[in-house]
Amino acid sequence: MIDGNLIKNDFPILSRKFHGKELVYLDSAATSQKPRSVIDSISDYYENHNANVHRGIYRLSEEGTELYEKSRKNVADFVSADAREIVYVRNTTEGLNLLAYSLGKKLSHGDTVLLTEMEHHSNMVPWQFLRDKGVRIEYVKMKEDFTLDMEDYAEKLKMRPKIVSVTQSSNVVGTINPIKEMVPMAHEVNAAFIVDGAQSVPHMPVSFSGLDCDFLVFSGHKMLGPMGIGCVVGKLEELRAMDPFLGGGDMIREVSYDRATWNDVPYKFEAGTQNVAGSIGLSAAVDYLRNLGMNNVREHELLLIRETSRRMGEIEDLEFFGPADPGIRGGVFSFNLGSVPAFKLERDLKSGNLVVSRGVHPHDVAASLDMHGIAVRSGHHCAMPLMGRMDVAATTRASYYVYNTVEDVNKLFIALNDVKREFAR
Amino acid sequence: MTDEEINAEIILDHYRNPHNYGRIENPTSEVTEYNPVCGDTVHMEVVERNGIVEKVSFLGRGCSISQGSASMLTDLVTGKPVEDVMKMSSDDYLKILGLDLGPAREKCALLSLNAIHKALKEEGDQ
Ligand SMILES: Cc1ncc(COP(=O)(O)O)c(C=O)c1O
Repeated sequence: MIDGNLIKNDFPILSRKFHGKELVYLDSAATSQKPRSVIDSISDYYENHNANVHRGIYRLSEEGTELYEKSRKNVADFVSADAREIVYVRNTTEGLNLLAYSLGKKLSHGDTVLLTEMEHHSNMVPWQFLRDKGVRIEYVKMKEDFTLDMEDYAEKLKMRPKIVSVTQSSNVVGTINPIKEMVPMAHEVNAAFIVDGAQSVPHMPVSFSGLDCDFLVFSGHKMLGPMGIGCVVGKLEELRAMDPFLGGGDMIREVSYDRATWNDVPYKFEAGTQNVAGSIGLSAAVDYLRNLGMNNVREHELLLIRETSRRMGEIEDLEFFGPADPGIRGGVFSFNLGSVPAFKLERDLKSGNLVVSRGVHPHDVAASLDMHGIAVRSGHHCAMPLMGRMDVAATTRASYYVYNTVEDVNKLFIALNDVKREFAR
Repeated sequence: MTDEEINAEIILDHYRNPHNYGRIENPTSEVTEYNPVCGDTVHMEVVERNGIVEKVSFLGRGCSISQGSASMLTDLVTGKPVEDVMKMSSDDYLKILGLDLGPAREKCALLSLNAIHKALKEEGDQ
């Protein structure tokens, strides 16, 4: 069992006050806060071990290299991968761009990439770049109950996509997708399977080898680690067969004025000076999470989600976006106070639907919650197509993590009642 | 109450009971402004005659700042010379609103001003 109240003590920022109220941080899906141990590990690196890695012969540089590689091994163990399968990048976005570039190079006119309707922009836009060379992009439909339409998935696999890229857990509606079931289906048609783990690796046990996917991508900053470090985990044979993404120092074996040959994996994907301090911070974050136990982390968030579902009924007209079953929902609570449909000129002007909308706009909800010291996100959550699909202009999203408590959920609902009153019309 | 709090109440009041909400007959021009980031939308219709803004109405959906400020703006510009309205800058209007808004919400507040400028410009172009 995790005691969120005890854990709060490990996070210096959570003792800050806003508008006279203790900070209730409910935006961990955007970025998590950092425990003291992570912050200290970064200072320690700069105070005691800083030198460029993989280059110096002197002891200090070797120390930095050792710490960097120790971090890689630690992160590899955390997601049940081999250390050589861990490529450090800045974040999930860069990881997905790397994959879209390097795997995309091998695609040709008429090839298909299969995504889903609930992907983050970072798992759409890099693939859309490939349209220039005639690559087709297809999307697996999301059903009314916010789960993926598995029949549609099976149907679209018949197009024999070369790549399938799916988020394991949606940052907007929280759905945890059945990746374990989806991977073998994709492999049957020889598609490479990419898992966007940005919202899963921080919140539940995720095993790269267990999922048997080809690639897993995630960001350190969403899992208690620092900003600017993330991972592409890739099967060795896949990484070896791929061309590098960025060229420069460290990623080469030999360079002449005309050409270069590549270093071994993972180094061939790590061009230039790396974020060594970030990798060390990420390693400290992994230690922190391992110490809590990822099963406990998931259990803790389930508790908060169940409490949220229990309280939802208190608020009249609350629209909730996500699967009803907490068992397939991450620690994400996406909602609106009344309906907030997108304004559509043809529909609204020409149909004469001119009444003043009663829903409270998510901007107002977030600004008003801020006055209660509660930090939530409002907007499209980098998933504009999904907003359109759900016919909402935006939603408010509260997202939970290890340092949140049932009392935080309670504060949220008390404040929401106030917000409703303030903006009633 | 501080001035800022009073101004916030005024906007909220406009939001709750918007003035000039709806459509007008035979507008000389109409424009829809949209902020893709938050979905705030303001549609404005204008009747201009002899260089005067004779009638304005708006419709829309969005946060209290975008909708409240649109309502306030319709009051402000009705009966004014087009020239004066065109001269009103973003800073002028933010000053009139008198709210301490961050950069994101300033965009909400300025949606209607942009709409009316476009509507009147369109009119002038014809
Ligand atoms: C599902 C998902 N994928 C990708 C990303 C992009 O992560 P980053 O901004 O760290 O690159 C996010 C972050 O919001 C996300 O939630």
